[in-house]
This record gives sequence, C-alpha cells and structure tokens, in this order.
Amino acid sequence: MTRLRATAQFLWEFVIGDDWRIAAGVVAGLGLTALVSHTSISAWWILPVAVAALLTGSVWRVARTHR
Amino acid sequence: MGDSAGMSGTEFGLALSVFLACAVEAVEALTIVLAVGTTRSWRSTGAGVGAALVALAAVTAALGPALTALPIGVLRVVVGGLLLIFGLQWLRKAILRASGLKALHDEEEIFEREAHTARAAGAVGAGLDPYSFTIAFKGVLLEGLEVVFIVLTFGANQHHVAIAAAAAGIAVVLVVLAGVVVHAPLARVPENTLKFGVGVMLTSFGMFWGGEGAGARWPGSDGALLVIIPAVVALAVSIVFLLRRRAMVAVGDKAAVGA
Repeated sequence: MTRLRATAQFLWEFVIGDDWRIAAGVVAGLGLTALVSHTSISAWWILPVAVAALLTGSVWRVARTHR
Repeated sequence: MGDSAGMSGTEFGLALSVFLACAVEAVEALTIVLAVGTTRSWRSTGAGVGAALVALAAVTAALGPALTALPIGVLRVVVGGLLLIFGLQWLRKAILRASGLKALHDEEEIFEREAHTARAAGAVGAGLDPYSFTIAFKGVLLEGLEVVFIVLTFGANQHHVAIAAAAAGIAVVLVVLAGVVVHAPLARVPENTLKFGVGVMLTSFGMFWGGEGAGARWPGSDGALLVIIPAVVALAVSIVFLLRRRAMVAVGDKAAVGA
C-alpha cells in the first residue's frame, strides 16, 4: 500500500507538477477545442488563449505570495 | 515549413527540443553522479548508473510501441496534452527563476550538498556500496524518465523516434565528455536559458499537435509553428519583464518608506 501510494505520488509530481491548475487547464482547453471544432466556429485560437491565461495566472499566483 | 539539408523545420525543431531537454537533465544527473562517485565509490556509482540505464531502456521498450500503436488523432491529443503540461511547467520554472522569484539551479551548491550527505552516510565497505548505488540509480532514473517521455512523445508523433533518440544520445555523450574533462559539476551551463528554450519548444509543439488532434485547423498548417514559437517566446519574455519591473517598484517603495 505504501509502495502504491509512493508510485501514485511520484506520477502526480511527474505529470502534474507544482501547479495542478496547469494540467487541469490544458485538459479543459483540449476538450473545449474538440467541442468547438465540431461547430462552424474556428477552434485554433482556444489553446493559445488558454496557454497565455494559464502561464500568466500560474506565475502571478507565485509573485503575489512574494510581496 | 521548408526542407533544409534533408531535414524539415519540424524535424529540426524536434531534434533541437530533445537535444536541449536531454542536455539539461544530463547536467543535473551528472552533478549527482559526480558528487557520489568522487566522495564514495566509483564502482558502485557506475553500477547504479548502469542499472538506471537498463530500467530506462525497459520503460522505453514498453511505452514506445504502445504509443506508436495509438491512432494518429488520439496520439496527437495525448502527446500534445502531455507536451503542453510539461512545457508549461518548464516555462513556469524558467520564468520564476529569470524574474528572481525562485533560486537559480546552482550545480556547485547541489554538488556540495550531495557530497556532504554522501560523506555523512558512513564508511564505504569492501563490496558494493548501497548508498552510492541507490543515489546514482535514483538520480539517473528520475532525470532520465523525463527525457524518455519527451523522446517518445516527440518521436512517436513525428514518426521519428530515431531522430529524437539520436539527439538525446548526442546530448548525453557531450555532457558526459564535458564532465570527464572538467571533472566537476558543469556550473557554467546556462541551465535556465536552456530550460526556457525547452519550455518554449514543448509548449509550442504541444499546442500545435494538441490542437490538431482535438480537431482544430491551424491557419497556414505547419507554417503556424513559425508564428506560435515566437508568440510563446514573446509571452514568456513579457511576463519576466513585468515581474522584474514589479519587483523593482516594490524595492523602490520599501526604500521610500524607509527613507
């Protein structure tokens, strides 16, 4: 059980890293792109907007704690 | 993207990204190996490195065929998503370090810390030294896993695992040769700049492939990468600039209050 938990923790740290919101945001961005691509609206802009928002938001949260 | 010297722009981007990522991870692994090897036992450290390389080869052999067996659409979403998550994490760390919000990776400091811990771990016995073996094994395995992931995901998506593996191999050989020549941690390697570059490439390719896999059509097809990569650089550099400016204003405010 301890080994299983250690493996799960390693995988979490390896894939998700320091900020889980980034992984969650990427999954949400890909999902939204898939949904919008089935409509007549162009979907290519969703990931660039998501990346800009996720990266800025993530570093800004760290910067706020350093005031 | 045009062909140059038999290699397309995307293939060149793939090779460069893997080379840089692998060089950074190899420098970090080399520091740990050097610290344990010079303070305890080179034989046991070498055994640990060898065992880690075997484990990494096993992971590659297991994951590689599984990844390449996926349908191209699914592969692009999975690979794009993973590259995007990794890329944003690398870029985030590089931005925080460049703007002074996180300490720079200091190989000499890490070497000293590892060497101190290794000396404090007790005397080295006559046979295999478990401490040297374990630390070298874990160091190489953990740093190597990320490289294996990047090599496999990039290579599988472009159907160029050989190019990715060659770029990774060249990076490791160069770093090891430099380590043998210098016989000290490679403190002069601009690690944060390399991490910044890797973060930009992983994020850009991740966005491009992930978007395509999810059904988006990029304007200009492959040529969109020529806009995406500079745009990601511009975004990251702007964030660093804003954070540095903010820090300077904060210092100025504190000085004004103190005066």
